[in-house]
Amino acid sequence: MTSWINRQAFRPDITVAAFFAVIALFFYGSIVWTFVMSLTRSTLVPTYEIVGFDQYVKLFTNQRWLVSCLNMVIFGLLYIVGTLAFGMLLAVLADRRIKAESLFRTIFLYPLAVSLVVTGLSWRWLLDPSNGLQALMRSIGWEAFTFDWLTRPDRALYTLVIASIWHSAGLVMVIVLAGLRGIDNDLWKAIRMEGIPLWRAYLQVIFPGMRPVIASCVVLLMSEVIRGYDLIIAMTKGGPGISTEMPAKFAVDFYFARVNLGLASAASIMMLVLSLVLLAPYFYSEFRRRT
Amino acid sequence: MSSISLRQIKKSFAGLTILRSVDMEIEKGEFIVILGPSGCGKSTLLNVIAGLDDCDDGQIVIDGRDVIGLEPSQRGLAMVFQSYALFPAMTVRRNLSFGMEIAGTPKAEIVDKVAWVAKLLQIEPLLERKPSQLSGGQRQRVAIGRALVRSSSICLFDEPLSNLDAKLRAETRVELKQLHETLKSTMIYVTHDQIEAMTMADRVAVMHKGKVEQFAHPQSIYEKPASLFVAGFVGSPAMNFLDGRLDGAGRFITGDIAIDVSAYAFEAKQGAGEAVLGVRCEDITVTERGVPGSLPATLAFTELLGADALGWFDCLGKRFSTRLGIEAARAMKGEVGLTFDMGKASLFSKDTEQRL
Repeated sequence: MTSWINRQAFRPDITVAAFFAVIALFFYGSIVWTFVMSLTRSTLVPTYEIVGFDQYVKLFTNQRWLVSCLNMVIFGLLYIVGTLAFGMLLAVLADRRIKAESLFRTIFLYPLAVSLVVTGLSWRWLLDPSNGLQALMRSIGWEAFTFDWLTRPDRALYTLVIASIWHSAGLVMVIVLAGLRGIDNDLWKAIRMEGIPLWRAYLQVIFPGMRPVIASCVVLLMSEVIRGYDLIIAMTKGGPGISTEMPAKFAVDFYFARVNLGLASAASIMMLVLSLVLLAPYFYSEFRRRT
Repeated sequence: MSSISLRQIKKSFAGLTILRSVDMEIEKGEFIVILGPSGCGKSTLLNVIAGLDDCDDGQIVIDGRDVIGLEPSQRGLAMVFQSYALFPAMTVRRNLSFGMEIAGTPKAEIVDKVAWVAKLLQIEPLLERKPSQLSGGQRQRVAIGRALVRSSSICLFDEPLSNLDAKLRAETRVELKQLHETLKSTMIYVTHDQIEAMTMADRVAVMHKGKVEQFAHPQSIYEKPASLFVAGFVGSPAMNFLDGRLDGAGRFITGDIAIDVSAYAFEAKQGAGEAVLGVRCEDITVTERGVPGSLPATLAFTELLGADALGWFDCLGKRFSTRLGIEAARAMKGEVGLTFDMGKASLFSKDTEQRL
C-alpha cells in the first residue's frame, strides 16, 4: 500500500488541473456566458434566442453609455497622469533621505488602506458646498470662497479625479520608491561626476531606466479606472445628472436596476475588449523583452 | 596630463577611521594603481579624490589648484565605475554626449569628440544601441569612452575589470595600458587584483588599514617590500616567512639553526632583535639534506603549473613553497635541505613590521 503511494509520488499535474478547471468554469465560463447573453434579447431572466449584435447597436446609440465612455477616458487620463506625477514626486522626496521617512511613507500609503466607499464619503462631505470646505472657509470670514465642483455637472468628474489621486498616490510612491532604492549607487556617482542637475537626472536618467516599474504602476491604475464603481457610488452616484457616469456603473445599473440583461452583458463585453486593447501594448513589450 | 598631490588626507566615519593621513605625489601622465584588500580604504580614497566623498582633513591639489570643496564635475576629472553605471535608457551615443550637453558644449565639438572616442575605442558600430543590448566588455568600453570625452587628462578607475570574465579581463588590461600610452593621461586605478597592479602600473600604492604602506614601482614592491603586510599581500604564492632573531653579528637565528645574512642589504645599520625573515618561492634552492647553511625540510606535495611547478615543504613547523622546474618537481621526494638567496630575501622588524 505504502509502496503504491510512493510510486504515485506527488502528482502536480492533478493539483493544477483542478485549479485550472475552477478557473475555466467560473472565470472564462462566465465570460463566455456573458458574451452569449449579449447576443440575446434577455431582460430579467436569460433567454437563449440569439438575435445577433442588436444589443451592441443599441449600446452605441445610448447617450448614457457614450457619456460613460467619454467620462472614463477623461477620468482615466487625468487620474493616471496625476497619480503617477504625484506618486513619483513623493517617491523622489522620500528617496532624498528626508527625516522621518517611514512616518511620511505610512501617512501617504494610509489612504490605500481606506476603502473606496469611505474615501468617497469623506470627500463628498469635504467638498459638499453647504457643509464642507466651502462652508468652513466662509465661516472663518472668506465670504467669497467658492468651491462647488461636486455639484456642477461640468466639474463633478474632476472631484472624482482628486479623490482617486489622493487614494492611489501612496501606492505609486511605494512602488516607485522601491524601484529607486534598487538604483545602483555607481549610477548616482556617475550623475554627480557629469554634473547633471537633480531634476534632469530623475527625468532623463533614473525614471527612463525604471520603465518596467512605471509600466506596472500604469497597469495597476488602468485596472482601477476600468472597474471604477464604488468611489462613484459613494461620492456622486453618477450625478449631477449623468455627468459622472462610468461603464462599470452603467453595466451594474442595467443588470440589476433596469433588468436589461442583454444590454448590460454587451456593456460588460465592451469593457473586456477595452481592457485587452489597453493592456496589449504592455504585454507586447514584455513579450518582446523576453525573446 | 595633470599632476595630483594628496596631502594628509584623513577620513573617519561613525567612529571608524577609514583613511589615516594619506600622502601621495602623482606626476603628469603616470599610471598609478592603488592596491589593497577589501576594506583598506582604497575606494574611499578614490571617491575623495573625485569629490564624491568628503574628507575630514587634508588637501587635494590638481595642477596647482586646491580642489577641496569643489563639486566632482568641477574638478576636471572623469571616473569609470565597477558596474559601468551607464545611463540605461540612452543610446551609447547619447551616453557619451549627455554630460557635454549638460555642460553646454557647442554641438559641433560634441559631435567631434564622440566621433574621436568612438574611433579610439572601436565602438562606432555600437553607437545607436542601448546599454542593455551590449555585452559586459562593450559596456566597459562605453564607460571608458564616457570618461574620456569628459576628461582625457585625469581618469579614475574603480575596479573597472572585476565584473569581466578572466579572458576578457586580460585583454582589456592590455588595451587599457595601450590607451594610457596613446593618451598619456594621468590615471588612478583602484584594484584588489595584484596582477593588474603589477602589469599596468608605473607606480603602485599598496594600502592597508587606511594607510599607504608602500608607494613604488611594481617590481621594487615585489622585490623589496617595505613592510610585512606588503610582503604577504603581493606575490602568489605568498612569501615564505620565518620568525627568529638577529644577533647583530650577521646571523639570523631560528631555533638552533643560524642563517648567515651577511649578503643582505640592510636599509639602516644592522641591529639585534626579534625579526621575521621573508623569502620568495623562487629564491629558495633545494639541496641535499645536511649541506652547510641549509634548513632541513620534508616534501609535502608538488603542484605542476604547466610552465613550472611548486614544491611545498614542511620546514621548522611551517610550510614553505619553492618554485621548481617540471623535471625537478617530478623527481623530488623525501628529505631535503633548503637554502635561501639572502641577497633577494627580506628582513622585517618583529615589532614595527617594517623592512630592516
